[in-house]
Amino acid sequence: MADFLQGYVLPTAITVGEILAIIVPLLLAVAYLTYAERKVLAWAQIRKGPNVVGPFGLLQPFADGLKLLLKETVIPTGANRVVFIAAPILTFSLSLIAWAVIPFDKGVVLADINVGILYLFAVSSLGVYGIVMAGWSSNSKYAFLGALRSAAQMVSYEVSMGFVIVSVLLCAGSLNLTAIVEAQRSVWYCLPLFPMFIVFFVSVLAETNRSPFDLPEGESELVAGFFVEYSAMAFALFYLGEYGNMILMSAMTVILFLGGWLAPFNIEPVGGGWAHLWAGFWFALKIGFVLFCFLWVRATVPRFRYDQLMRLGWKVFLPLSLFWLVLTAGVLVTMGWLPT
Amino acid sequence: MIVQAICFWLFAAITVASGAMVVVARNPVHSVLFLILAFFNAAGLFVLMGAEFLALILVIVYVGAVAVLFLFVVMMLDINFVELREGFLRYLPVGVVIGVVLFVELLLVFGAWVVAPEVAKSIAAPMPQPAEVSNTVALGQLLYTRYVYVFQAAGMILLVAMIGAIVLTLRSREGVRKQSIARQVGRKRSETLEIVKVRPREGV
Repeated sequence: MADFLQGYVLPTAITVGEILAIIVPLLLAVAYLTYAERKVLAWAQIRKGPNVVGPFGLLQPFADGLKLLLKETVIPTGANRVVFIAAPILTFSLSLIAWAVIPFDKGVVLADINVGILYLFAVSSLGVYGIVMAGWSSNSKYAFLGALRSAAQMVSYEVSMGFVIVSVLLCAGSLNLTAIVEAQRSVWYCLPLFPMFIVFFVSVLAETNRSPFDLPEGESELVAGFFVEYSAMAFALFYLGEYGNMILMSAMTVILFLGGWLAPFNIEPVGGGWAHLWAGFWFALKIGFVLFCFLWVRATVPRFRYDQLMRLGWKVFLPLSLFWLVLTAGVLVTMGWLPT
Repeated sequence: MIVQAICFWLFAAITVASGAMVVVARNPVHSVLFLILAFFNAAGLFVLMGAEFLALILVIVYVGAVAVLFLFVVMMLDINFVELREGFLRYLPVGVVIGVVLFVELLLVFGAWVVAPEVAKSIAAPMPQPAEVSNTVALGQLLYTRYVYVFQAAGMILLVAMIGAIVLTLRSREGVRKQSIARQVGRKRSETLEIVKVRPREGV
């Protein structure tokens, strides 16, 4: 019995505790990201944004959440019930499970697996299912069109994202996220791989269905796209999933290109337990910066037309990232810089 | 060990069950969703064997790309479900025969290992021990050294297939207005804009 406690119950309890320690702050961050988005958009448009609920409107996200919780979940008559309900759950849980492999500092990670970056890529490529299932099961033409658009869009941009990730892997020589960050001690990859950094950021915008690539939910043509028929908590799960994905993709960008938790020039003013806090601070700061870019783009750039979106993905990004991949490999081999 | 055993039986049972559901499900979209579930559990089995690279590649390639396209096509099909069921019994014998052939072949291969263990030693290039190198590295070392020509040939075949598919389905339609971004960006102000001083009540 003691063995059972030591061997199974205790590790399970510790893991559950660690999971909560990641997910609770993450959900809080998601809530405040919606607030930040409204504030940033408001400032960009010389408005005030939410400022009524609580000081500076800080309680607005909770008011919104509570409102959505209390609304009625409507399931359309023609809908495929099981798939209809599974879709938002899938979207939301996919945006959470990826955090299992994100390292917050050297050693501060829930699961330090060998193929962390592949895991992230796999989870992000699954995101399309939530959308496609939602669009199909709603039995509505707008939702269906949104789902079709999104399937094509996400598959297209995944290709160039894959090539970008491979060129980073060539430089780092490992699929492990901690090793990728540690390999950036000398220089963050956003400098030597600058064009790839831009390609990756734009692909991430497309992958998360954010403006200017928010065609799946293009409200001017498709009402609200794939989640037209969703209400209340099911809608809220899509919403939270989208913002969770934004934070996740920002974290991925930071890990691949902006040196993860490394401070600029590797400054380490504090040691011991404070070093973790320092590392976490830089990680959060960089994620915040990338997220601000997300919002900034939304406030500035008009929506792409669908054919332009496909052209950018297949005719510009794919050849560019493929070329840069070959170039990176060539340079690494000729200069003998290949990591072993 | 008990946890591994439970996981194995769980993954294996769900794989087989969802595989069966792919065939039996009434709605083709449900079939594809069950197929995805089967892929997932196969990936879980790979992880149990310590082949984490293969597991994630399975998820990325099959679930993340191939099955999306399946779903994409199947969703848009306008199918009469009753008609679809009618062919089921007609094609059942063929399916059963293929299944039996595959099963016997697998039985022969793995049975040989048990009956004559020395057969296992005749594997062309044994994988290095998992403790020494991670299986990503091991796969790379095999694929890009010993099997590099086969690997390149496979890539070439896929490329040709892709180009073939595009060539066969590409049709250039008349009367479609296409955007030429290069021309649009390359134009100058003098070509497009003219400032005219218009006097009142005369028009341009």
